[in-house]
Amino acid sequence: MWNYEKRLQYPVKITQTNPKLAQIIISQFGGPDGELAASMRYLSQRYTMPYKEITGVLTDIGTEELAHMEMICAIVYQLTKDLTPEEIEKSGFGPYYVDHTLALWPQAASGTPWTATVFQSKGDPITDLHEDMAAEQKARTTYDNILRLVKDPEVCDPIRFLREREIVHYQRFGESLRIVQEKLDSRNFYAFNPAFDK
Amino acid sequence: MSSQMNRQELLNHINQASFAVDDVKLYLDTHPCDTDALSFFREYSRQRNELLKEYAKVYGPLTIDTADISCRDRWDWVNEPWPWQEGGC
Ligand SMILES: [Fe+2]
Repeated sequence: MWNYEKRLQYPVKITQTNPKLAQIIISQFGGPDGELAASMRYLSQRYTMPYKEITGVLTDIGTEELAHMEMICAIVYQLTKDLTPEEIEKSGFGPYYVDHTLALWPQAASGTPWTATVFQSKGDPITDLHEDMAAEQKARTTYDNILRLVKDPEVCDPIRFLREREIVHYQRFGESLRIVQEKLDSRNFYAFNPAFDK
Repeated sequence: MSSQMNRQELLNHINQASFAVDDVKLYLDTHPCDTDALSFFREYSRQRNELLKEYAKVYGPLTIDTADISCRDRWDWVNEPWPWQEGGC
């Protein structure tokens, strides 16, 4: 069960539209290392996680990623609000506009639709946590790439907040991996899969 | 104290207290026996709940659990702006 809170985790107040930038930032909505994939990854993996602390981490980070998705959508929405046909034409926003007008739709910056094939839910705690740590670093790199292209401080500010959270999540997943390994045979972590072998 | 705050100030306090709760919650998931972190959580969680009630009373609810506090005759949950809109949170 989820409860909606009618506020963003960190404020997004953008006063200047910039459809070119929106087309880049939308990758963190529906791209391969975006927030939607992050949330679906953790919220899918948690059911078979045999350790309660880590089920908690997956649930709570998976929930926070939904809030990040909402921030990214707010950024894209505000960057494209009330665009005129002339602005759409000269900014190169036309291909997106023809399919979605000014609505939000999960796609990568390249235009590739969001797909579950960008993440794995493998049902082995060590494997899943390595995937999760890599995912947080990939998201961090994406934010670093975005930040090199952003000049507007109103856009930089929430993007920096999101980047910072990837680092914290990476840290928590690293601790989760350590917790899993402590519960396994230190001479062979791979002797059995604690989510499957009894 | 909070009755003197304007809407933006109150909202900033809610965001700060809520962020403290979000962050320490993840830490506590992997450090469930850290008593300092636990008292940090209790303090900010208490602040957050009070501030959310205060906000609901004056400006409308941010959560469904505080929607019964704003006692106007209309459904404020939809009448106040959504977070991505102008004037939203
Ligand atoms: Fe993350």
